[in-house]
Amino acid sequence: MNRTFIITLFLLSGLAFTVNSQNSELPSVDIQTVYGEMMSTSEIENDGNPIILSFWATWCKPCIKELNTINEVYYDWQDETGVKLVAVSIDNARSSSKVLPMVNGKGWDYEVYLDPNGDFKRAMGVNMIPHTFLLNGDGEVVWQHTSFSEGSEIELIEKVRKVANGESID
Amino acid sequence: MKYTALTILFLFLGLGWAQAQFDPSKAQVHGNFQIDAQTYQVDNEIGLTETDINGKKSGLNGFGNITYRYGDFSAGLRYESYLPPLNGFDQQYEGQGIANRYLKYSGDQFEITVGNFYDQFGNGLVFRSYEEWTLGYDNSMDGVHVKLRPADGITLKGIYGTQRHYWNDYEDGNRGIVKGVDLDVNLNYLFQALKTSKTRIQLGGSFVSKYEKDNPFSDYKLPENVGSYAARASLRRGKWSLQAEYAYKINDPNSLNNFIFKDGEALWLSATYTQRGLGVILSAKRIDNFAFTSMRNPSEGRAPDINFLPPLAYQHTYTLPAMYPYNTQPNGEMGVSGEVFYNIERKTALGGKYGTKLSAYYSLIHGLDKSPVEGQTEVNIPGTDGYESDFFKFGDIKFYRDLSFKMEKKVDKDFKFIAGYTWLDYNMEVIEEEIEQGEHFYESHTGFLDMTYKIDPKKALRLELQYMSTQQDSGNWALAMVEYSVAPKWFFTVQDQYNFNNPESDNTYHYYTFGVAYAREATRISVSYGRQREGILCVGGVCRQVPASSGFNLTITSSF
Repeated sequence: MNRTFIITLFLLSGLAFTVNSQNSELPSVDIQTVYGEMMSTSEIENDGNPIILSFWATWCKPCIKELNTINEVYYDWQDETGVKLVAVSIDNARSSSKVLPMVNGKGWDYEVYLDPNGDFKRAMGVNMIPHTFLLNGDGEVVWQHTSFSEGSEIELIEKVRKVANGESID
Repeated sequence: MKYTALTILFLFLGLGWAQAQFDPSKAQVHGNFQIDAQTYQVDNEIGLTETDINGKKSGLNGFGNITYRYGDFSAGLRYESYLPPLNGFDQQYEGQGIANRYLKYSGDQFEITVGNFYDQFGNGLVFRSYEEWTLGYDNSMDGVHVKLRPADGITLKGIYGTQRHYWNDYEDGNRGIVKGVDLDVNLNYLFQALKTSKTRIQLGGSFVSKYEKDNPFSDYKLPENVGSYAARASLRRGKWSLQAEYAYKINDPNSLNNFIFKDGEALWLSATYTQRGLGVILSAKRIDNFAFTSMRNPSEGRAPDINFLPPLAYQHTYTLPAMYPYNTQPNGEMGVSGEVFYNIERKTALGGKYGTKLSAYYSLIHGLDKSPVEGQTEVNIPGTDGYESDFFKFGDIKFYRDLSFKMEKKVDKDFKFIAGYTWLDYNMEVIEEEIEQGEHFYESHTGFLDMTYKIDPKKALRLELQYMSTQQDSGNWALAMVEYSVAPKWFFTVQDQYNFNNPESDNTYHYYTFGVAYAREATRISVSYGRQREGILCVGGVCRQVPASSGFNLTITSSF
């Protein structure tokens, strides 16, 4: 079995050099709506405007702080940049049915999806939450950030503005 | 098997290149890794002696994933290293190597994965493979996974393979082979007449079977094929929704259920009502002899779980209320729980300028009402049908009860707080020692206050105060934590957990920690120094025991 591993490893590392690292589309993975209906991540879109993709869970304190904080300024952000926030919950069956009541109870206006077995999380290389990605109008990942502290949202909206204006992110 | 895997691998890569012209600019490589390291030192004040350390001065757990994508094809590899494993992790992980590799083709209607894969059927009552790094939990499947979408609203999945058991290769039937199918049907997509209906209906069903050789040295004739099935439904209309899943398993004598020949059952129900500003959820669960693993009697370590029994209890996020977490008792439990979220609108008398968020939570879990089977005087005698139990009757023994409240309030633009209270009853013998008739109770009252003050738009000071009062176990605890953050990159924390009024000792203990963390884009580095108290760490319903320790902690995590 070890030989298979080693061959695979070499093949993959060889392929790595043929890669354009700038190009970073969302992987197409099955996720669920908050009602448990299946859909593909390729259906996530925002009419050519930027998207904030945020991985969170009902048991993650800093995630909830981040989403609460952004919610207070969300309308302003939307009016200014056309950005949409897509919140992907990685809650498993233990708590996934409480995602929608919690989102409504907190009065969040985000588009919320479920990733109950972490398929999307794994495909995006998320180790810890909160982990936030910024997607440009073409749906490509242009920036990401992990962890949240008060004021982190200022950096995020600055990046969103650049993306909305078609500027480079750096 | 190994040459089959190799052939398939080449076939896949060949197909990948054969797709018209290979365009390297469309290929993507992504990866992520994490390193957790810890040093261990003698600390007599908290009772850590040279004997406890036993020569182990440090531990390191690390992993790295590489994923390659080209069009509809992807391939991935996961390397793990435990040199040696951190204390509190299963020491059988010691070593390093490729823990995981796969190849995958995903088209619109057809998807196939060969190698390692993770998936779950329904809520996971009969099948769930997943991985939780912080717990050292990984029951990944190794084999073939197929997903079909023959029509809108229909998803059919098939799985076949064996499960990960530390670093042990599958050989000579040293564990079971797991196979299963799952069908998910969304009636609103399937039938034209229901397309615009306000009532949304989803149905699903699964069948999972494990093949494991009989043990010739066993006293019993053990079933080699253990079949289980589950049926589920989800119904939604307007603000209401209802979800149910029922699962059944044929007799499956194993070391967890004391080799009884009883069939198993599991039921999970949940109902929600929600509108803007309000969310209500009620759940009920009954588990009856439903441990389902791919090794009926592992000689070492824990057997890989085939299924997942979601705990009904609330997952506390603050340190002290989370000190006594609940874990599902697969041999039998019954419980109910309810949670309400309510947002008092802003600019009202109670809501204040920014609104106030409230939530309340209750859960109660008991054992089953078990009585001996005919001809026996006791329950759970190996080789018998074990016990009889009334489906609707709660047993006399309480396992867990939790009543909690929480309030979140933003006072003005610079100051906000979260306050909460938890009243907990926790059956220690049942939950920690798996003594089903356990009576040793632990009761606690815990309060916390989490305040954040913004010094300027990017600098904030956070103060957490927690207090837990109890007459049992290690007695009272108080916790104070100060965190200073400079967004978006820096965190500085100082924390002390103070243990006093310990019924078994006159000593008091301080568990202090100092920490710094730096986060830049998708990379985070954190270093801390101090003491870690003994405890249980749980994520998503699986727990591990963390022993007391003293020393440095380092975590580096990154993705690209």
